[in-house]
Amino acid sequence: MDYSRLLSRKAQEMRPSGIRKFFDIAAEMEDCISLGVGEPDFKTPWAIREAGITSLERGRTRYTSNSGLKELRAEACRYLERRMDLHYTPDQVLITVGGSEAIDLCIRALIEPGDEVILPEPCYVSYQPITTLTGGVPVSIPLKPENGFRLTADELRAAITPRTKLLVLPFPCNPTGAVLRKEHLEELAEVLRDTDITVLSDEIYAELTYGYDRHVSIASIPDMAERTLLVNGFSKAYAMTGWRLGFACGPKPLIDIMVKIHQSCIMCAPTTSQYAAVVALRDCDEQIEEMRTQYDMRRRYLVKAFNEMGLHCFEPEGAFYVFPSIAVTGLSSEEFCQQLLYTQRVAVVPGTAFGDSGEGFVRVSYAYSVEHLQEAVRRIREFLKQKDLL
Amino acid sequence: MEQILKLLEKNARLSVEDLAAMLDMPTQEVAALLDEARAKGYIRGYRTLVDWQAFGADRVQAVIELQVKPKKSRGFDEIADRIADFDEVESLTLISGGYDLQLVMSGRSFQDIALFVAKRLSPLDDVLSTATHFVLHTYKKDGARYVIEEPDEREYN
Repeated sequence: MDYSRLLSRKAQEMRPSGIRKFFDIAAEMEDCISLGVGEPDFKTPWAIREAGITSLERGRTRYTSNSGLKELRAEACRYLERRMDLHYTPDQVLITVGGSEAIDLCIRALIEPGDEVILPEPCYVSYQPITTLTGGVPVSIPLKPENGFRLTADELRAAITPRTKLLVLPFPCNPTGAVLRKEHLEELAEVLRDTDITVLSDEIYAELTYGYDRHVSIASIPDMAERTLLVNGFSKAYAMTGWRLGFACGPKPLIDIMVKIHQSCIMCAPTTSQYAAVVALRDCDEQIEEMRTQYDMRRRYLVKAFNEMGLHCFEPEGAFYVFPSIAVTGLSSEEFCQQLLYTQRVAVVPGTAFGDSGEGFVRVSYAYSVEHLQEAVRRIREFLKQKDLL
Repeated sequence: MEQILKLLEKNARLSVEDLAAMLDMPTQEVAALLDEARAKGYIRGYRTLVDWQAFGADRVQAVIELQVKPKKSRGFDEIADRIADFDEVESLTLISGGYDLQLVMSGRSFQDIALFVAKRLSPLDDVLSTATHFVLHTYKKDGARYVIEEPDEREYN
């Protein structure tokens, strides 16, 4: 059978993740050092793992309600209140299979063919393909390094058309590490207030912000909660990537439709993970602080190291990535990554994997031990020396 | 200070500049704290964790339990000082419970260690009894796993 004729055209045209490309090569290489992953190097804190084990021992192995354990949804509301000053009720919360599912559901719940979805780029790789699969039209805003890769009110205003349905707001940002502070959010809110545009605020890295007060959600800005779908999850803050658990909070009509889609394709998020997550939200503020402190030290180490090497690196204030400019090498992002991989066996991700505006940059993850980072930095210096840049 | 000590305890190869960046402190201040830590004995030295087993060296390690007679005036300190002076002794700690001092030492062979115990430790007046336990395998030491590192199983997503 000729599947190229049978498979959905849209699915076939989906762009494969640009992150993977180099790593299939890297994985085959001896003594290759990677700075490529997008997940914590920490293990899930023990109290959380234990809660999962206990739920299994007690035989809690059935489906939960479609929207998730009531206890967990209530805990999510308390958590958001406590740490981000957000006010939600449990019926506005949907527990999902990772933040990814929440993103998928939100886009599918809102987008009709031809609707425009604004994507500030560089950004995480899944918004664009899901938009396209749904029949939506991705409208990218190339964010500028001189603005610290923040979305500005002017840029947003210029991208809005009568067909604009959704704005994806992925801050703290993977891959740039940029964050939007309260004053930046207020400017954006001013543009959005009189529109029917919904904001998909992907706050999966909300707990990982550095060097300033705390993460502020756009949903906490006046009039914004009613037009914001907030996505958060356990993967990054609690080092729970493999548990596949996230949540979405938002206006009830939107959440209700998302629950309906979720019911048909997922049924409910994994039960064991949900029991473990109750303990995460309830008892683990201290553990996430400790992990944050570790990331922060590595972040500062890398920012300094890259700036000293002449690969200019603006200060990332969130997530666990630095996004240095490689312009001085005269190479494209792809060439830089390829040459670094083949000559020094260090794997980083080209900025272009996250949108064309990532050209001239690479994403470097610091979800690694300091020893690992030291060795990687040593090899990158060697690479630059061979190019007479150091 | 505590953060510096914690970082160096895990990784002694961090430079003053690296520490300063990581802790968001001026380099000079870090240098001054390190001097203070050395002067006050918070930092006793910088060493490398060597896994002799992996290297394949002939080396035997033993943990020796000692019961000793404390002195009226100086308690355990006098005899402990004396034992700690032997170069062969790698670590010596005062322990609560079934015995008094725990000694860790290494030698080239079982016999080396046995001779040391018989000829040098046991004859000491204040040593009442010894029990020698040979180390068969080290799994973890000073917080470091003594195994080939687990591969990083993380995928690129």
